[in-house]
Amino acid sequence: MPGLIANLKALSNAIGVSGDEGAVRRIVLAAIRDHVDELRVDTIGNVLAIKRARGRPRLRVMIDAHLDEVGMMIVGANGDGTLQFRAVGGLDPRVLPGKTLVVGPDRLPGLIGLPPVHVSAGDYSVRKITDLAIDIGAASKEEALDAVKIGQLATFDTAYQSLGAAARGKAFDDRAGCATLFEVLRGPRLPVEIAAAFTVQEEVGLRGATVAAHALEPDAAIVIDATPANDLPPVLQADLSPNTRLGHGPAIYVITRRNVSDLRLFKHLIETGERRGIPYQIRQPGGGGTNADGIGPARSGVPTISVSVPARYIHSPAAIIRLSDLRQLVELVRESAARLTPATLARD
Amino acid sequence: MKELIQKLTTAFGPVGFEDDVRAIIRAELAAFADEVSVNRLGSLIAVKRGAGRDPRQKIMLVAHMDEIGLMVTHIDQRGYARLTPLGTVYPVISAGQRVRFADGRLGVVDVERREDVSKTPSLEQLYIDVGAADKASCPVQVGDVACFNGTVEQIGSRLIAKSLDDRLGCAILIETLRRLKVTPHDVYFVFSVQEETTSAGARTAAYSIEPEVALVVDVTATGDTPKALPMAVELGKGPAIKVQDARMLADPRVRGWLAQRAREAKIPYQLEILRDGTTDAEVIQASRSGVPSGGLLVPARHLHSPSEMIDLSDAEHAVKLLLAVLKKPIVMNEE
Repeated sequence: MPGLIANLKALSNAIGVSGDEGAVRRIVLAAIRDHVDELRVDTIGNVLAIKRARGRPRLRVMIDAHLDEVGMMIVGANGDGTLQFRAVGGLDPRVLPGKTLVVGPDRLPGLIGLPPVHVSAGDYSVRKITDLAIDIGAASKEEALDAVKIGQLATFDTAYQSLGAAARGKAFDDRAGCATLFEVLRGPRLPVEIAAAFTVQEEVGLRGATVAAHALEPDAAIVIDATPANDLPPVLQADLSPNTRLGHGPAIYVITRRNVSDLRLFKHLIETGERRGIPYQIRQPGGGGTNADGIGPARSGVPTISVSVPARYIHSPAAIIRLSDLRQLVELVRESAARLTPATLARD
Repeated sequence: MKELIQKLTTAFGPVGFEDDVRAIIRAELAAFADEVSVNRLGSLIAVKRGAGRDPRQKIMLVAHMDEIGLMVTHIDQRGYARLTPLGTVYPVISAGQRVRFADGRLGVVDVERREDVSKTPSLEQLYIDVGAADKASCPVQVGDVACFNGTVEQIGSRLIAKSLDDRLGCAILIETLRRLKVTPHDVYFVFSVQEETTSAGARTAAYSIEPEVALVVDVTATGDTPKALPMAVELGKGPAIKVQDARMLADPRVRGWLAQRAREAKIPYQLEILRDGTTDAEVIQASRSGVPSGGLLVPARHLHSPSEMIDLSDAEHAVKLLLAVLKKPIVMNEE
């Protein structure tokens, strides 16, 4: 898959916190323009593309990946020139102190500071986000607000790193999904029509996918995302199932946060993996929603399945994935879509 | 109706796994409906066409097929299964219960240790014992689903069973369809999926049906148990007409319409104001450009347990009231 890794790198380096996905959207539009039959940006900012079927389409299959990443919003400035912020999406306050950021549309360098060990007097407790601040080197409130406006967004200043068979970077949740969807669109026509949705605002309430599903009216949907790989000690030693494991293939969901996956599609993906010799794993049930929760209840209902690349440390400055998992995810999504027929969705 | 309730409540049908329940319902009502279909998420829709001329008004009646359940998340080295809830599952009620998997296999839910009886266990402390010797021989897998394994018992007019929430509503809808000879309306009997988590079944059915009015037929809590939240609903005093719950206000015109028909037919009824919980009506009300929605609820004690209890007279009165409502025109007066 030439281009998969280069695309992943460009996508994960791009900055696109929920609600401000423009930079990522531009990459998507340029990458897929020559490979789809219809292309538009909807009112909320989703990129919606149609790749027609080879011959008469058996079905219209929506494939979703979200454009946005978690980040921070500037909500004020302190007298000392530091910036107050709040989380956009789910952020763990334990991973924030000491991290470098890019802040606002001018991409200013920022830092979430913490008093050094010399003066912390043994207090290593976790600080709430409301007790942290972003330092851009400003000396006063006025200077800070001259450079950064309230409401502007910030994210981690992390460059993509190749780790041989693995990769490290920010925003693999869900730029890994976007890179996967690129490959499907850049590949040959399938017997089904592909309705691709690169959606906004997943991390703040699945808003893009909810309206995309309404607009596209698909017969079925596959949601591609990144899911935590909680596969290190103490989980392994404690005889608890890891959520997913790196290097064991794409993770198929039997349930997302609240929705049981469409069981016909769940079986279909497993059968596809078995028949095509594509490794897969079952994601441990419990916790963690995806855009499936927004797409499934659209209009008269959309049978929906989620499948994710396992990723360690997501929603932090840097996540790690195995490239074999990503390649197998591309194959599993493409083959599963290609094998879908109305009979797959027949009932009773 | 008791036989029907027995058949429905003993069926296996946790959220997302409603196939067995749907098959039973389809067989029970096939001879009485003009059209039967299954929507894309699995809800069953049976239509009774009205006698009047087009365009007839569409009334949507909804009962949900799903029940709460447990999904296996992990099998440990000794062959015990850990779990995650489907819907609102109370750990204090689950410990000590027998559960049943889709293939009929039984398991026992218990809590890790019981040294402090004053503490309520968390779901993380519960496990399912399927009698396996170890992980390798454990017959259940991650992703498998179980429901309570309950029998049906009768004490006088009271009936005890699992999943009366909402197989009782399903039974009431089937019975109503069977007895409904002529109606001026097109009546859509919807048996919805996934009410206990997202109401996705009712939401999507409402979208495709576009009804003029919708009534949910479900169970509700009561205020007649020790130290219950104050609630003017009791077992055996008639079905309850929805006024309000934690997530919606019933349309006052719908509430008035049901009450008027109940008074005319001399059917006892109560008014439901439920502080915790909601029904499918919440999402139907906000479907498309809005659907005037209400509910007819059968009072039930010990909800979300293997021993939910209702009074059979309330169920019978619910059927009679629905028949009275469906045989005559819709009345939508402001109160």
